[in-house]
Amino acid sequence: MPRPEASPEILPLRVEGLSLTLGGKPILRDVSFELEAGPCSVILGPNGCGKSMLLRVCHGLLAPTELLAPTEGRVRWCGPGAGEAERGQAMVLQRPVLLRRRVAANLEYPLRLRGLAPNERRDRVAVVLERASLEALAERPARALSVGEQQRVAVARAWAVEPEVLWLDEPASALDPGATRALEETIRRIRASGTKVVMTTHDLGQARRLADEVLFLHRGRVLEKTAAETFFEEPQSEEGRAFLKGELLT
Amino acid sequence: MAELTEAFRSALGLIVGLDPDLLEIVSLSLRVSLVALVPSMLLGIPLGATVAIARFPGRGFAVVLLNLGMALPPVVIGLLVYLLLSRSGPLGDLSLLFTPGALVVGQTVLVTPLVAALSRQVFEDHWTEYEETLRSLGARGARAVATLIFEARHSLLTVLLAGFGRAITEVGVAIIVGGNINHLTRIMTTAIALETSRGDLPLALGLGVILLALSLGVNVLALAAQQAVRRAEA
Repeated sequence: MPRPEASPEILPLRVEGLSLTLGGKPILRDVSFELEAGPCSVILGPNGCGKSMLLRVCHGLLAPTELLAPTEGRVRWCGPGAGEAERGQAMVLQRPVLLRRRVAANLEYPLRLRGLAPNERRDRVAVVLERASLEALAERPARALSVGEQQRVAVARAWAVEPEVLWLDEPASALDPGATRALEETIRRIRASGTKVVMTTHDLGQARRLADEVLFLHRGRVLEKTAAETFFEEPQSEEGRAFLKGELLT
Repeated sequence: MAELTEAFRSALGLIVGLDPDLLEIVSLSLRVSLVALVPSMLLGIPLGATVAIARFPGRGFAVVLLNLGMALPPVVIGLLVYLLLSRSGPLGDLSLLFTPGALVVGQTVLVTPLVAALSRQVFEDHWTEYEETLRSLGARGARAVATLIFEARHSLLTVLLAGFGRAITEVGVAIIVGGNINHLTRIMTTAIALETSRGDLPLALGLGVILLALSLGVNVLALAAQQAVRRAEA
């Protein structure tokens, strides 16, 4: 899929000194990293380490409690005061909510929000259906699909806007192996299309299969950001080694 | 007892024989209540959606007001609408009092708060589910509300039926602002009240049977709608 039409560039996305406190509880502490175009970045870490919240903040669903103004690169929010920011990025929530309409209409919905003309929408929907191997489901009511199929529709809906960055929050957490395989295939195609994929997972196997680089998050801090190979062979942090060995990190 | 049986027999005779007076009353009742449903839904649904979704100071108070509106005694609403429509009232120039128009206005005032209160609940439930997704997709403001209304369509059908049930069965508003004028503003409920007090039991009973059947029908539809919702949400 060609890169999006004249949307503001998000990448490289630089996050500096990001902190998030919810209800007095620190969730993310002084997180800094930079995401470049290209590699599939996987945010790894034990449950409760703040992975989902980090994605929500990056996507703009949550406003950070603190954030150093980046000098280069931009962090764009689609939260309050976001303006055009959401155009260049999309997210699939851990439990995605599909609309009560046909699959094709679900894919069309965000395109209509972005003001695409009807014929453009129709063409784009056809392309995405094909790329996500969802043609057979196009006319089915989305809510009647299996969990795995719904997840693929949600990913396709996010992909339909041809985002520069796609945030995926635990995309396969509720899926059986067959559905996971189909979903991972879709994710590979998205990456190949030029969209930057940033996903969270607590599934090491999935991280090994998909990651080009790993951000290891523990207790609200990014402890490592390294090439996937390096991380899986020689993690730099004590916690990273423990996590890879399957120890329980608290 | 024999008198009662006789009254029932005559009532059934009126229904089966499609008595013109009876038909006229039933038809006016249906028309008034169906027409009143239109502004009630058009006003009540966006109102309920707004209170459900918007965060503003005094929102809790607005919710209490809506729920109070749902429980307002029809005679009080009738009195208020009467004052509004009477010759010296603010809308007196419309000359609506004691016309079917007044019935529509009265039932609209009666049903709108019910629709708003019930739909607020529907929208709050849906908003909990949809909020993050809609924000993430970039739908906000009126667009988000419109999407939510469409997504909640099955549940809103139940609200519609509840509104119709309230409109078609109420008597307080209709008798005060309509006046129960024969061939003009006489609807099922007011006719039952009048005919019973006059001792014309067959007509009252006949209308009663029809009203009961309508209420039953509405409830059956409501149940079917709820089941359809459950299926659609499964």
